[in-house]
Amino acid sequence: METRQGKSVFAGVAIGKLFVYKKAAQVVEKYAIDDPQAEIARYMAAKEKAVEQLALLKEKTMRDVGEAEAEIFEAHQMLLEDLDFVEGITGMIEQDKVNAEYAVFVTGEQCAAIFLSMDDDYMRGRAADINDISSRLIAILSGTQVSAEAMPEPVIILAEDLAPSETVQFEKDKILALVTQKGSANSHTAILARMMNIPCIVTADIDLDTSLSGKMGIVDGFTGNIHIEPDEVTMAVMQEKKKREEERKLLLQSLKGLPTVTKSGKHVHLYANIGSEEDVDAVLENDSEGIGLFRSEFLYLGRDDYPTEEEQFQVYKNVISKMNGKKVIIRTLDIGADKQADYFKIPKEENPAMGYRAIRICLGRVDVFKTQLRAIYRASAYGTASIMFPMIISVSEVKRIKEIVEEVKAELTQADIPFGDVELGIMVETPAAVMIADMLAAEVDFFSIGTNDLTQYTLAIDRQNQSLDNIYDPHHEAVLRMIQRTVECAHVHGAWCGICGELGADMELTRRFIQMGIDELSVSPVFTLELRKKIRETE
Amino acid sequence: MKEFKYVVQDELGIHARPAGLLVKEAAKFKCAITLDSGVKKADAKRIMAVMSLGVKKGVEVTLTFDGEDEDAAFAAIETFFKENL
Repeated sequence: METRQGKSVFAGVAIGKLFVYKKAAQVVEKYAIDDPQAEIARYMAAKEKAVEQLALLKEKTMRDVGEAEAEIFEAHQMLLEDLDFVEGITGMIEQDKVNAEYAVFVTGEQCAAIFLSMDDDYMRGRAADINDISSRLIAILSGTQVSAEAMPEPVIILAEDLAPSETVQFEKDKILALVTQKGSANSHTAILARMMNIPCIVTADIDLDTSLSGKMGIVDGFTGNIHIEPDEVTMAVMQEKKKREEERKLLLQSLKGLPTVTKSGKHVHLYANIGSEEDVDAVLENDSEGIGLFRSEFLYLGRDDYPTEEEQFQVYKNVISKMNGKKVIIRTLDIGADKQADYFKIPKEENPAMGYRAIRICLGRVDVFKTQLRAIYRASAYGTASIMFPMIISVSEVKRIKEIVEEVKAELTQADIPFGDVELGIMVETPAAVMIADMLAAEVDFFSIGTNDLTQYTLAIDRQNQSLDNIYDPHHEAVLRMIQRTVECAHVHGAWCGICGELGADMELTRRFIQMGIDELSVSPVFTLELRKKIRETE
Repeated sequence: MKEFKYVVQDELGIHARPAGLLVKEAAKFKCAITLDSGVKKADAKRIMAVMSLGVKKGVEVTLTFDGEDEDAAFAAIETFFKENL
């Protein structure tokens, strides 16, 4: 067995025979012509034929892949007819008296060079589109039309690079995976692979030795590995991985778009936890109904100074806009304990879990806190934002927070900066907050239970201490009663109550949480659909 | 002559797809239509020229219209930018 590596641009596992795809080398001859008008007419005829071919390809892509992907061929048609391109070619035929193939080749190279020189990956990728149309024209002119070889059975395609027109010329059901030596995450091959739902690896260190064709191969789109002639163990492992992935996909498909409602008709809001802007794609992909916990720490960690209001605003705005009206609950800075940033200059602590952290820092450094609140409020104009505050232990903290929030709102109003209606809530993660949950509920719109900290504080067990793992029981009745009390107190005072800790995704407890009356569960996006399934199966 | 300014909102800027649509829309009119990125100008009826401006999100572009049907072109292209970019 041999294993090669590349960059995966679409996950999944494919097992099957390899097929090395090589396009016929295009050697463009240059020769002098006598009659430029006849040569131009020859070029024009070839251009018409190319437009026809692209129209057919567009239809095929529309049928096999999708409308958006088919538009690339319309763009190719337009590139073919582009006046700069056409005039470049006809001008060269007229002035230099060279053959059409050569004029197309040189003009195509010049146009591609413009795109290659741009400082934008996407635009550099467009040079491939120009090369694609030039090759097509040259092939028609010289009568050496490129076509994909007939493949008798579904194969894993290995190629140097694939032009979009080549990718779609393959029969869709004959391709198991695409592996290319060149390419990028922005190439059309990658985009098409994503749309066709097949694993795709680019910049792979594969050999394009035609003797590989027909040998067994495995493409692991999760790791970027390509196994050639896999041994039995690898084969068994990968078959299992493929099976799991297929099951997951089926589950995914069948549950997307369905409401999260129990058999008896109780609706549970199924939200997602995220820790960065990029995670939003996974949230949308997994059909979460909102974001129940947007950890804002990543904005503060791994840098030398506080993030500015503008930086934060952009990130919040992007996330809120992408969620398109769905709720986004942003948790204010929860730094301290196991998450440290040097520029905060927090003195070394004996017991950081119970130390200067989260809301305690925010209320001690109001300027830092206000910067974040202003950024969130400004972003709230672009969708539905809520804010929650971590590590609350008293009503006076909540009252102080609300005063600061009012100041921020007054400042924004004064400056004529728009903001939306923002629900305010708190994390319930200390036993103190649970015991006074009735008093706290009267002050806020919602509770979100942070079960990780709540468990460690309730059981007096340090989560980081491995020697206590055997007695760390997240299903401890004390913890469950804490949750129960929190939900009840919230409801008495008209607040809603959710869970955003790891326990939220614990499907052994889903039924019990629903019985308690929990309104929302916020989990890692990958658990969304499985949890929806569980909830829909619960009474 | 007429003109309008527009700040591109699309995440990817004026990439292949909207450039193609823009050129198609512009081709419907007789008047000269110029797209100015502030750095370079392009004939809005030529796709390579439009794409090679490399207009990204947040860039303010100026569209100018000059010719007999400039009013109709102005209206159509302005609507196009608002809906697609």
